[in-house]
Amino acid sequence: MSARLTRDNVAKVADLARLDLTEADLDRYTEQLSAVLDHAEDVASLDLDGVPPTSHPLPLVNVLRADVVVEGVDREEVLSQAPSVEDRRFRVPAILGEEP
Amino acid sequence: MTLTHEPIEGEHFIVASESTGDEWEIVVGLEVHCELATVTKLFCGCPNMFGDEPNTNVCPVCLGLPGSLPVLNENVVELAMRLGRALQCSVEPSVFARKNYFYPDMPKDYQVTQFDRPINVDGWLDLPDGTRVGIERAHIEEDTGKNSHAGGSGRIHGADYSLVDYNRAGVPLVEIVGRPHIRHPEQAKTYIDELRAILLTTGASDAKMEEGSLRVDANVSVRRVGDTELGTRCEVKNLNSLRSLGRAIEYEARRQVDLLESGERIKQETRHWDEGAGRTRAGRSKEEAEDYRYFQEPDLVPLVPSAEWIAAIDAAMPPLPAARREALAVASGLAVTESGVVIAVQRDLDQLALATIAAGGDGRRVLTHVEHNLSGEGSAGLDPATFAQLVGLELGGQLTATQVKTVLAEMLVSGRAPDVIAAELGFEAMDSSELEGVVDGLIAESPEEWSDFCTGDDKKRAKLQGFFTGKIMKATKGQADGKAVAVLLESRRVESL
Ligand SMILES: [Zn+2]
Repeated sequence: MSARLTRDNVAKVADLARLDLTEADLDRYTEQLSAVLDHAEDVASLDLDGVPPTSHPLPLVNVLRADVVVEGVDREEVLSQAPSVEDRRFRVPAILGEEP
Repeated sequence: MTLTHEPIEGEHFIVASESTGDEWEIVVGLEVHCELATVTKLFCGCPNMFGDEPNTNVCPVCLGLPGSLPVLNENVVELAMRLGRALQCSVEPSVFARKNYFYPDMPKDYQVTQFDRPINVDGWLDLPDGTRVGIERAHIEEDTGKNSHAGGSGRIHGADYSLVDYNRAGVPLVEIVGRPHIRHPEQAKTYIDELRAILLTTGASDAKMEEGSLRVDANVSVRRVGDTELGTRCEVKNLNSLRSLGRAIEYEARRQVDLLESGERIKQETRHWDEGAGRTRAGRSKEEAEDYRYFQEPDLVPLVPSAEWIAAIDAAMPPLPAARREALAVASGLAVTESGVVIAVQRDLDQLALATIAAGGDGRRVLTHVEHNLSGEGSAGLDPATFAQLVGLELGGQLTATQVKTVLAEMLVSGRAPDVIAAELGFEAMDSSELEGVVDGLIAESPEEWSDFCTGDDKKRAKLQGFFTGKIMKATKGQADGKAVAVLLESRRVESL
């Protein structure tokens, strides 16, 4: 197992993403994610002077649209998909703390 | 908390400690979020509209439904660059990133923002007092939905559940991150005033603090005067007005000074301003930046505005507040920092003032009226030529200051010429011999008071000056000029000695 990524790191990231992982999951993901980081390490060990970082796999920039209204989705249809609705709004569980 | 330290007013707001004699300096950096005045949202064609029925301006993109893809609104780029260039920033190639967090105000569970490569970097904003406040960056990001907290008290504490409206989710914002160059609560307010003027001038935003289209967070720290290191800062949120901003900065600085002087340390945290209680309260402790697990938004390609696009924005840039103050200062002969000049530009009345001065109005008088007797709204119809005529009547002594105010108010309503209004109101010029007759008559009526006025001490004389002036004004129905009355009373007093 790589020293770059600990089981605690994985547990912390899972917690931030609100993922409920089992002990076995934590072991498995620690191993898999470490392999990903090892691969990145392999790439980083190459001589990359003069190679600009790839910001996107497609050779595209400035994909833009005009500032024009496009019909959205009907509210009734949107709200009908929600588990809970009140006063034409999505009803969600109480949130502790303040918004970020 | 009781605060024993009184601020020493001046250019810097300094809190002096009574116990140690140390003086502390406030250091403030402001982060401003403003909604861009586009027709549609940042990445979808839903209307960008304040106050619509909840959840009517939504689509698969801003609801974060699987399979939907964002496409950048060209007008967002245009407005963000206009603002950036007005703030003297350089426009750079930029990329979008996902800021991941778990909160139902964003259905995607992340907010698209610009992180390590923002569109506008390294600019500045010059305040009317001459202070230059650095701008670290002004980047594009999307707004979040709106939560209302139901149950219990209707506030966050004790809420049983929240109701979410996604009309605002995905509305384009620019976040303007100012450097910690502000040293006084009043200066922070001026900075926001100036920024608002730039947002309005460039058409980037309607910048309404009360509607939430302009939102201010203040990073506040304190340090001993003379120190160059920055102290630990707290980020103060929930500042809904300029008044709150000033009060919150002052409160927070004093809280920090009290803590530091009692040997405690400042904890870096987010605090919320409670306007009713007049204090800040600790909120959720600030997450470390890495907790948001920023990474590049794979659904959006880099933004690289062409040199031609940037040049076109520069070429079309309207005169900015600083340049407008300069022009008005030159025309009026006043300093750029004089309140009349500053306020005329703030109220968008500088064009009226310039035209009035060009029509022959005295610069100082014109700007005095702009400052004290005209509001931004409702003065648009005022004709520069007749305004100049009014100022001429005042300067020539035909109308008193009080009469000018009345005539001006009537001009705003009816648009008629000042001499016509003055004649109608009976504001006839009173010639000096007529005034002398009235004054001499009143002196003869009150010989005792007059003798006390001539020989009494300063206090008595001041009191009797008021007595005579009041009688004269009454006798002339307010048409006598206050200054002329004072001069005449004094010359009669000297004659009688
Ligand atoms: Zn949408």
